[in-house]
Amino acid sequence: MRNLRLIPRLDVKQNWLIKGVQMEGWRKVGDPAEVARRYAAQGADELVFMDVVASLYERNNLHEIVEQVASSVFIPLTVGGGIRTPEDVGQLLARGADKVALNTAATRDPKLITEISDQFGAQATVVSIEAIRNGAGRWQAMTDNGRNHTGRDAVEWAREVEACGAGELLVTSIDCDGLGKGYEIDLIRRITDVVAIPVVASGGVGSAAHLTDLIDRTEASAAAIAQALHWKKLTIGDLRAVLAGAGCFVRPLPEGVADGSVEARS
Amino acid sequence: MSSKCAVVDYGSGNVFSVMHALRSLGIEADLSRDPEHIVTADRVLLPGVGAFGRASQQLRSSGLDEAIGTFIETGRPFLGICVGMQLLMEEGYEFGTHPGMGIIPGTVDKIDIADDDGRRLRVPLIGWHALAPPPGQDAGIFRGTPLEGVRDGDAYYFVHSFAVRPANPSAVLATVTHAGQQVPAAIRKGNVIGVQFHPERSGEAGLALLDRFLKL
Repeated sequence: MRNLRLIPRLDVKQNWLIKGVQMEGWRKVGDPAEVARRYAAQGADELVFMDVVASLYERNNLHEIVEQVASSVFIPLTVGGGIRTPEDVGQLLARGADKVALNTAATRDPKLITEISDQFGAQATVVSIEAIRNGAGRWQAMTDNGRNHTGRDAVEWAREVEACGAGELLVTSIDCDGLGKGYEIDLIRRITDVVAIPVVASGGVGSAAHLTDLIDRTEASAAAIAQALHWKKLTIGDLRAVLAGAGCFVRPLPEGVADGSVEARS
Repeated sequence: MSSKCAVVDYGSGNVFSVMHALRSLGIEADLSRDPEHIVTADRVLLPGVGAFGRASQQLRSSGLDEAIGTFIETGRPFLGICVGMQLLMEEGYEFGTHPGMGIIPGTVDKIDIADDDGRRLRVPLIGWHALAPPPGQDAGIFRGTPLEGVRDGDAYYFVHSFAVRPANPSAVLATVTHAGQQVPAAIRKGNVIGVQFHPERSGEAGLALLDRFLKL
């Protein structure tokens, strides 16, 4: 039975959950910890937190939010943005993160991936690939929310980070991000074709049909969802129903969750 | 609180989520690297993530493997989580051959499973999976263990590239199925329980399992 994880992605700027379109034009959504608890209670399989202004400050600023969420929500948490050293990783794991997502620092020095993977395990080492279309069937890996070019081909980069010890990839299509017009299926397929580690597809889901498309046409191991949930176009329940309809495993939730009468522990 | 729960602190990255989870159940566990403390606890939990070799080395260099062995001989409840479960075995093969604690005979082997179309499953295997009793058994086998009360279909969060292979199949307490193959999800030997999944990261179902462990 196919098993696909549903992962709400929470982009955070200075204690606000925000969401943009193509990684620009950010709008405030709400309190990240509160929204995280709501998604967890509704049946999210994991959560991803991204500090979208980390590069500005050269550090990840989500420590308090991570601790707040990790002490009340008992599902895996991935944290990304501004992670430069193994010490940064140790600090985030100490606050309750389960995995970290690396991008900028890894593109500057891929050995960092190996160092982190050796020290904390491949399961804690996610590489975030922000891909922008660069001609037909080609994508370039970007950093800083799609602002800076790395000069690396996204598919080649995926292959390289796997060899360096990454345990998972979070692949975001910048072209599709925030538009709600569907995942960039070609990109996800190209990357799952060249790596044997799990790939989380990110960017573009706006309807139940888009998730069906991802399930039917790619080998993605997980689907990240942001604006469709944040702007309440879809609920986790809607997405769970898609999984059930597609013959995927859907984990049971405590009684009462479906009607919203059970809130997360606080 | 009348009973003392020790969480073994040997440098494993996930102790914090374990401590958070226990705290949410009203238990202030002792995060300890003191062998004396561990030997005299009422129950001991051994967390673990990352590579087997490194974890095994950290455990041995701190002398905590001996303390755990002594604790287990007391017959009091012991729970190993993920790599903390794998360390119960004799030997692991992640990045070379490394000794485990040898409490349960058997090995820890790389997962290599292909589906019907010949495609290898992506590892690490990451996801939520439902537990089942081992072949030929029913849920009665869970009685008296932290798995007692697991409902049919209850799912737990797994992330692993290696899996235990007990020499004696009767050590398997629960399995999960990947592409038609059964993989041990929980093992048991007397008072010692090991779970491959992360109850501290498995939502309400995981907390319920930890709560049962605290009440054994």
